[in-house]
Amino acid sequence: MECVFGLVGNDFAVVVADTSAVHSILVHKSNEDKIMILDSHKLIAASGEPGDRVQFTEYIQKNVALYQFRNGIPLTTAAAANFTRGELATALRKNPYSVNILLAGYDKETGPSLYYIDYIATLHKVDKGAFGYGSYFSLSMMDRHYHSGMTVEEAIDLVDKCIMEIRSRLVVAPPNFVIKIVDKDGAREYAWRESVKDAAVASA
Amino acid sequence: MQIFEYNGSALVAMVGKNCFAIASDRRLGVQLQTIATDFQRISKIHDRLFLGLSGLATDAQTLYQRLVFRHKLYQLREERDMKPETFANLVSAILYEKRFGPYFCQPVIAGLGDEDKPFICTMDSIGAKELAKDFVVAGTASESLYGACESMFKEDMEPEELFETVSQALLSSVDRDCLSGWGGHVYVVTPTEVKERILKGRMD
Repeated sequence: MECVFGLVGNDFAVVVADTSAVHSILVHKSNEDKIMILDSHKLIAASGEPGDRVQFTEYIQKNVALYQFRNGIPLTTAAAANFTRGELATALRKNPYSVNILLAGYDKETGPSLYYIDYIATLHKVDKGAFGYGSYFSLSMMDRHYHSGMTVEEAIDLVDKCIMEIRSRLVVAPPNFVIKIVDKDGAREYAWRESVKDAAVASA
Repeated sequence: MQIFEYNGSALVAMVGKNCFAIASDRRLGVQLQTIATDFQRISKIHDRLFLGLSGLATDAQTLYQRLVFRHKLYQLREERDMKPETFANLVSAILYEKRFGPYFCQPVIAGLGDEDKPFICTMDSIGAKELAKDFVVAGTASESLYGACESMFKEDMEPEELFETVSQALLSSVDRDCLSGWGGHVYVVTPTEVKERILKGRMD
């Protein structure tokens, strides 16, 4: 089952997602990137129905870009989160998206922030959040070890602890994870944690 | 899965001598899992009118946005704030609009009307108003709250005593409800000031 979690540190936010694309009992691929770079300083980690996940996050990404083109300035993280919630809420009683989202961003004025947006459009600003079966383990690990103002090293250490816990205690634990970070220098991929590598495609 | 009990909530409003108190719990949950312990259920409409929304958090957020919009429009047109009785009618009408596809919320409205007379009311999810002279309750802990308020309530309490009563009633009721709790948020409103206090109760 899909595991997504994230936390806010000193002047950065980090989000982690598993990278398995699963269909019933079959694992299609183990390097599916579920954390989209929304714009220069925002990350959107999404879990849920694969079609909805890709479709909805791309829709949000394009609309955030459109706002920047039209208005010349980027949206703040709070504004992007509220926009995302609005889209989910509008669709909720017509054609709901089954996508859970953790939106991480860095604003110059307000610093790092993390928003929890679940599939029925509940929005809440959090310091640590998680979705999926993995949340039972990662939230508890974060409750124990998290403190405000963590450094990158401390945060990645905590992330690794959470991944260890998921790998050892979740029966259908995903093998690989991707870690992305957003700070004043922008949103970027930080690392992969792989325990299973996809076989290399034979060259033609 | 009961939709009104998906997120968990507890709300109470009580009338005092030329003042009122409105209080809520602070838990945001997704069924058995706690997501946040700092969720705001009570919002200020204007200095003398507060709205608490219990029930499904996403609908509470959508409804709150719609009501703030309507109130701002009213302020622009009428050049004054809405009276609590008028606002209660507005909430009731907006809820009944969705009679056959309702918002899964139970609002609690508390305000100071003409001549600083306190006004409280609650309604069900389709807008059936329940006016009361003493106290109103809502949320998953409502049955406990009814009992606690009935036994602790006295007529014409001063703001300090009202705060104590509301706090004790809230904390003792949420302690009997697993879906609400994690502290309390109490607003005591008099004609001259609004005092916001955070309670620390059993954090479980």
